[in-house]
Amino acid sequence: MSSDRIRRFFVLFFVLGFFLYLFGPLLIMGLTAFNSSAFPRVSPWECFTVEWFDVLANDGRLLEGLKNSFLIGFGVVLFAVPLGLAGALMLTQVQERVRPWYYTIVISPILVPGVVLGISTLLFWDRIGVMFGASRDSIFYDGFFLTIIGQSTFIAAYTMLVFISRLQRFDPAQEEAALDLGATHVQAFRKILLPFLKPAIASAAVLAFLASFENYNTTVFTSISTSTLTTVLASKVRYGIDPSISALAVAIVVLTVFGAAIHEVVKRREEAAAKQAGMVAAGLIKEKKAQKQWFLEPAIIGILLVFIAGLGTAFFAGTIGVEECKVAVKEQKQIETAKRIEALKQKTQARKEAEAAKVELQKTERANRTGTENFNSIFSGGNLAPKSDTNETEGNDSPRTGTENFNSIFDSTNLQPEESVKPDDEAEPEARTGTENFNGIFSSGNLAPATTE
Amino acid sequence: MSADVQLEDVWIRFGDFVAAKDVNIHIQDGEFFSFLGPSGCGKTTLLRAVSGFLAPSQGKVLIGGKDMAGIGPNKRPTALIFQNLALFPLMTVWENIAFSLEVKGMGKADRRKRADELLDLIALPNQGDKMVNELSGGQKQRVAIARALAAEPDVLLLDEPLSALDLKLRQHMRTELRAIQERVGITFIYITHDQGEALTMSDNVAVMSQGIIEQVAGGNQIYDSPETAFVASFVGENNHFIGKVSECDGETVSVETPSGVLRARSVDRNGQKQLQRGDDALVFIRPESLGFSDQRPFDNVLQGIVERQEFEGNFWQVFLKVDGSDRVVTLSMVNDGRSVGHDVGSRVKVGCNADLAVALPLGPMAAE
Ligand SMILES: Nc1ncnc2c1ncn2[C@@H]1O[C@H](COP(=O)(O)OP(=O)(O)OP(=O)(O)O)[C@@H](O)[C@H]1O
Ligand SMILES: [Mg+2]
Repeated sequence: MSSDRIRRFFVLFFVLGFFLYLFGPLLIMGLTAFNSSAFPRVSPWECFTVEWFDVLANDGRLLEGLKNSFLIGFGVVLFAVPLGLAGALMLTQVQERVRPWYYTIVISPILVPGVVLGISTLLFWDRIGVMFGASRDSIFYDGFFLTIIGQSTFIAAYTMLVFISRLQRFDPAQEEAALDLGATHVQAFRKILLPFLKPAIASAAVLAFLASFENYNTTVFTSISTSTLTTVLASKVRYGIDPSISALAVAIVVLTVFGAAIHEVVKRREEAAAKQAGMVAAGLIKEKKAQKQWFLEPAIIGILLVFIAGLGTAFFAGTIGVEECKVAVKEQKQIETAKRIEALKQKTQARKEAEAAKVELQKTERANRTGTENFNSIFSGGNLAPKSDTNETEGNDSPRTGTENFNSIFDSTNLQPEESVKPDDEAEPEARTGTENFNGIFSSGNLAPATTE
Repeated sequence: MSADVQLEDVWIRFGDFVAAKDVNIHIQDGEFFSFLGPSGCGKTTLLRAVSGFLAPSQGKVLIGGKDMAGIGPNKRPTALIFQNLALFPLMTVWENIAFSLEVKGMGKADRRKRADELLDLIALPNQGDKMVNELSGGQKQRVAIARALAAEPDVLLLDEPLSALDLKLRQHMRTELRAIQERVGITFIYITHDQGEALTMSDNVAVMSQGIIEQVAGGNQIYDSPETAFVASFVGENNHFIGKVSECDGETVSVETPSGVLRARSVDRNGQKQLQRGDDALVFIRPESLGFSDQRPFDNVLQGIVERQEFEGNFWQVFLKVDGSDRVVTLSMVNDGRSVGHDVGSRVKVGCNADLAVALPLGPMAAE
């Protein structure tokens, strides 16, 4: 192998490994959403089903949490985005000397553990509530309010970072030009700076929403009695999960991928337009090619088709024939269970017997052979030897081997107390199986004489 | 409408750094006035003080006779064309041009009409619906001018508006700017570090160096009669010789230099004689003022060796090593079809008359 191929091999290996590491867990979780098994797992695979989406759609607590998470997310967007924007604008206004200090201070909530933010928010507003003599159902004890406020403390810092990076590319001469042309400061902000910041506002809003949506460690303190998606999920994990959580994950992942794909297409359209503009400016072409309406863009139509086709396929494959499959799986399972129980029983009995034999051996040596005499010949070679006399007399049609004596050794009745075995004895005194020899082995009488002596 | 601009005792400081020192200038209304100076000398700073983005640390700015102290940039009758143009990239060309009308609250139809008129003025008809980034450099330049003119300022301030353009376009835009200025008739204050630009376009030029106004005068006066060593060395090419004034004779002085005694014209500053007997002085002689003295007699004669010659089409550049000076002296000669007739390495005599040489007090000169 040439060194180049080795290198390529390692690159491939690394890339695959990395992707596996990144997406492996998601993939497995995604698969569990479609397995009819009641516990989220991929093996054994039972039936392909979409019933967990049904379960998800009917899980009142989860849906309530989801709804609250959405509401809180929007609240955080409305609160944290303007706050972050104000913070970023402030940074451009303060003196050069205090700028690093200001930056460190406003960014610090990101460094503070979310738990601390949660607890401190709770305590702070509780104190304020007490100060105003507010009742327990006032806003100071409202899970929505506290969660929005608490999450925004650090999410506003995130959004501020987004705005700062955008503002760094803003040419302050633009604003000066607007002022110079007679605009007031408000007009300059509205007509020049705000349009420039629009993409950043969109990114900051998405970022704020996602950060709020997935937050747990602050929310768990501030939400009080309000349930959010994360708190519901956490309590579910504590009390046992089913694949409807995987179904939720699949829904979120699919929507994310879908959104990202659309975003990519839109971005490419914009880039193409910018390139055309550059060509016009350079005089290479006379006019920009008109772009199609965005919903006529082939890539967007393609993405929509794939999305719909995927949904349809999953729906049909996951609903048709699922019941039959489940019945079959259930039967199969019952058979397997029976087998397993059987195997277990055999194992237990064998162990018991071995133990009994051991105990017995000790007894015979110690106890002058009273009571246990019955066992005299059990260990004699003849018993195990093929075609012993006792068996012969029974007149069984099949040729028996010596082990036949143990015929029913794993029979459940063997384990039952003597009383239940006894009637059996009486019913067929002749047809004694090999173990019958052990009849009295567990009777206390057997051991009693030995000990009394 | 048009207005005059006065800077009275203007000082501008940034901490300990002084960006403008005691600036006194009166720019007449309707004038095309240029600030010329090397990079970092404080041109933009002065312009920002006029447009209102910066308050002078000391002194007054008056526009149309009115003190501008405390009046913000959006209330001043000025419009600034920024060094980088600062067009609004998210707006179309016509929206850019009509921005000042929009913030005044003019209706859209009227705005569009006015923008189209201005687009005609800058020779970009029917381009209003393009985005700014679809324009070439020169077109952007013109849009920036139209945008500023739309605000109907009394004074238009231009901060090196042509510096980003290539030479051809720059030359074209010079004439165009001058034409626009004559058409609209308002005061133009123009900043540049390109002296060709300043000299060709301006009625008056202020030459600046390190926050100080060195000289304010018309282009040819700046060129022919520089008042300071800085102006003489900064504007155009100049050969200089250091010496001591040995004789004063009215306008003319004699300066003893290592290359011989040079007679030169002494230039007054603010009506004051600048040189007296015994003063250290610099004599400046422009390359085109020098000629070979075997062709005609001169007041001043220099002897030296031809180092090299460069043919530049319409003229010749001859580089000489002159006795008593370790600097290379340049002589330029119109190419009149006859050959130069001086070989490299040959000894020659060159010279000029006293009225073409300028004697000035010793002082800082422009970096080469
Ligand atoms: N806000 C400021 N704070 C501190 N110093 C400044 C500030 N603005 C300008 N200066 C300084 O003032 C001096 C003059 O700057 P200015 O921008 O006026 O130069 P300029 O003549 O326009 O140069 P150029 O031709 O390169 O544009 C420079 O040394 C600059 O560093
Ligand atoms: Mg400048």
